[in-house]
Amino acid sequence: MSELVPEPRPKPAVPMKPVSINSNLLGYIGIDTIIEQMRKKTMKTGFDFNIMVVGQSGLGKSTLVNTLFKSQVSRKASSWNREEKIPKTVEIKAIGHVIEEGGVKMKLTVIDTPGFGDQINNENCWEPIEKYINEQYEKFLKEEVNIARKKRIPDTRVHCCLYFISPTGHSLRPLDLEFMKHLSKVVNIIPVIAKADTMTLEEKSEFKQRVRKELEVNGIEFYPQKEFDEDLEDKTENDKIRQESMPFAVVGSDREYQVNGKRVLGRKTPWGIIEVENLNHCEFALLRDFVIRTHLQDLKEVTHNIHYETYRAKRLNDNGGLPPVSVDTEESHDSNP
Amino acid sequence: MSKQQPTQFINPETPGYVGFANLPNQVHRKSVKKGFEFTLMVVGESGLGKSTLINSLFLTDLYPERIIPGAAEKIERTVQIEASTVEIEERGVKLRLTVVDTPGYGDAINCRDCFKTIISYIDEQFERYLHDESGLNRRHIVDNRVHCCFYFISPFGHGLKPLDVAFMKAIHNKVNIVPVIAKADTLTLKERERLKKRILDEIEEHNIKIYHLPDAESDEDEDFKEQTRLLKASIPFSVVGSNQLIEAKGKKVRGRLYPWGVVEVENPEHNDFLKLRTMLITHMQDLQEVTQDLHYENFRSERLKRGGRKVENEDMNKDQILLEKEAELRRMQEMIARMQAQMQMQMQGGDSDSGTLGHHV
Repeated sequence: MSELVPEPRPKPAVPMKPVSINSNLLGYIGIDTIIEQMRKKTMKTGFDFNIMVVGQSGLGKSTLVNTLFKSQVSRKASSWNREEKIPKTVEIKAIGHVIEEGGVKMKLTVIDTPGFGDQINNENCWEPIEKYINEQYEKFLKEEVNIARKKRIPDTRVHCCLYFISPTGHSLRPLDLEFMKHLSKVVNIIPVIAKADTMTLEEKSEFKQRVRKELEVNGIEFYPQKEFDEDLEDKTENDKIRQESMPFAVVGSDREYQVNGKRVLGRKTPWGIIEVENLNHCEFALLRDFVIRTHLQDLKEVTHNIHYETYRAKRLNDNGGLPPVSVDTEESHDSNP
Repeated sequence: MSKQQPTQFINPETPGYVGFANLPNQVHRKSVKKGFEFTLMVVGESGLGKSTLINSLFLTDLYPERIIPGAAEKIERTVQIEASTVEIEERGVKLRLTVVDTPGYGDAINCRDCFKTIISYIDEQFERYLHDESGLNRRHIVDNRVHCCFYFISPFGHGLKPLDVAFMKAIHNKVNIVPVIAKADTLTLKERERLKKRILDEIEEHNIKIYHLPDAESDEDEDFKEQTRLLKASIPFSVVGSNQLIEAKGKKVRGRLYPWGVVEVENPEHNDFLKLRTMLITHMQDLQEVTQDLHYENFRSERLKRGGRKVENEDMNKDQILLEKEAELRRMQEMIARMQAQMQMQMQGGDSDSGTLGHHV
């Protein structure tokens, strides 16, 4: 179960208007302290967040994830070996870390997909990835239907998939389209333009426009999906992001340089220093704010309430409306008092 | 030429000077009049800046009305071959430059067949030259053989991709390969050095034969020797292309304008564009020679050994042979029938009209 909201609320088709009774209170009761209580609870239990990165080798995926979470959390960090060979098939590598900020603990899992798109024949190279995502849903489902459930079901479901687009400046590649078509139905995809320091400002905005148009023409719904906007406020905010900012053109770096007296993350070239967090240089800060500071919780909720529920419904339908039989019913029986 | 006193050509200043030292000048003048032909093939994935680089190298616009296809259209496309020819003249020297572009290479999800078209094209040019060379009128043979292939390596990877290796191995015995790292302004200097080394290691590991610049002759001057050394040390060249003029440090340069600075195309500290251009220009002659002496001769001996039958596919070959043999058989039979008819005519009527014998066998 979600560790934050007491029960998953089904997304309403039409935004509900709260029924308002005469709300003139005669004195202060303290109902609003529930927010503080929830916050304290959350801090104690901590978060799970699972982010997947997909893209061809060398697009800066690992560096970007390190930059996003300002720590060495990617697969490359644990066993740094730049001389790694490209694997022959797509591999799925998940690395977990616990990071803490302001008393809040986050169990972050970064799922890397080396080998994607690197072969001569890349047909169906998204299948291992789709399989992995569905396997996580299956794991969660099995736990859910268990008779004696754990208090907090470990959540290994992929909450967010960053898809790295190569900054050719022309258009999407056929592989990009195929991947996003297949996977946007099972996971939240956030398309990202990698190594954006390849493009000048004009090239960048032209490319973004073209990519947005191609995604639209091909019916690819990336996160935040239009159909899941809850109310008008969400819609306007998300519309702005969808139509102007996305896909975010980012640059990643784990090196610091001195610029104007401050130490900043960046890339040093003979013609200047590219500052990662400078909005005039690239949109990394927008991506970070979007994923971490504003929409982190929403990513998890959409994963749980929409993608997972879709998977669950399909599984139940396939099984004739019955929940799938759990293998460890025997075990749990014994452990019951 | 004998060392006796040649009457007309004595250079009055030097006794014993014959004058054939003038020969290179004569050759030079003739070639200048004739002009040079050069065919450059450009191969690489979409979006690596190939067209921009070619335009920058030759300061022209070879691709005036370009429509860039979207991804959905690319799914259906196969590799095309597009050759554009341009005549460039500089200080009286004419160059007929043909640039062979290969759009669609590396775009498909399954790229297994994407270099077959390219290899066929190269072989076709060799075939045509062989045919012309063996023909009767050899005065105006047009040389469309590919003299040099710029192979564009993506700067975004960690080295060569499997497709790069497979392609280069398939053509390294047919054409001079010059590997080029595209969009070099993506990389910092350290990353560039690392990538170059990685690529060279992988080229050696896979036994790929790229074009090697000939060492400078011992009688060349020091500057030239130094230049050749520098060029050799910089392979593969990492380049940036642009034809836009940007204002930088008070003057107009060709470059790319970023919020954090200007990348100057012709600044050797920023990228190897000038080196690439120098290499191409000073070694154009050598590239042609190696194509003629090595790649073409390889092709020719293979071809003649095979006895004049173009092998594309074993199956196709068999069918073709079968059809041809059948046609030959039929022709033979017709000939025999006609000869028999003739003999009969001759036996029957000695002075028959020659009209009936109008049929020449």
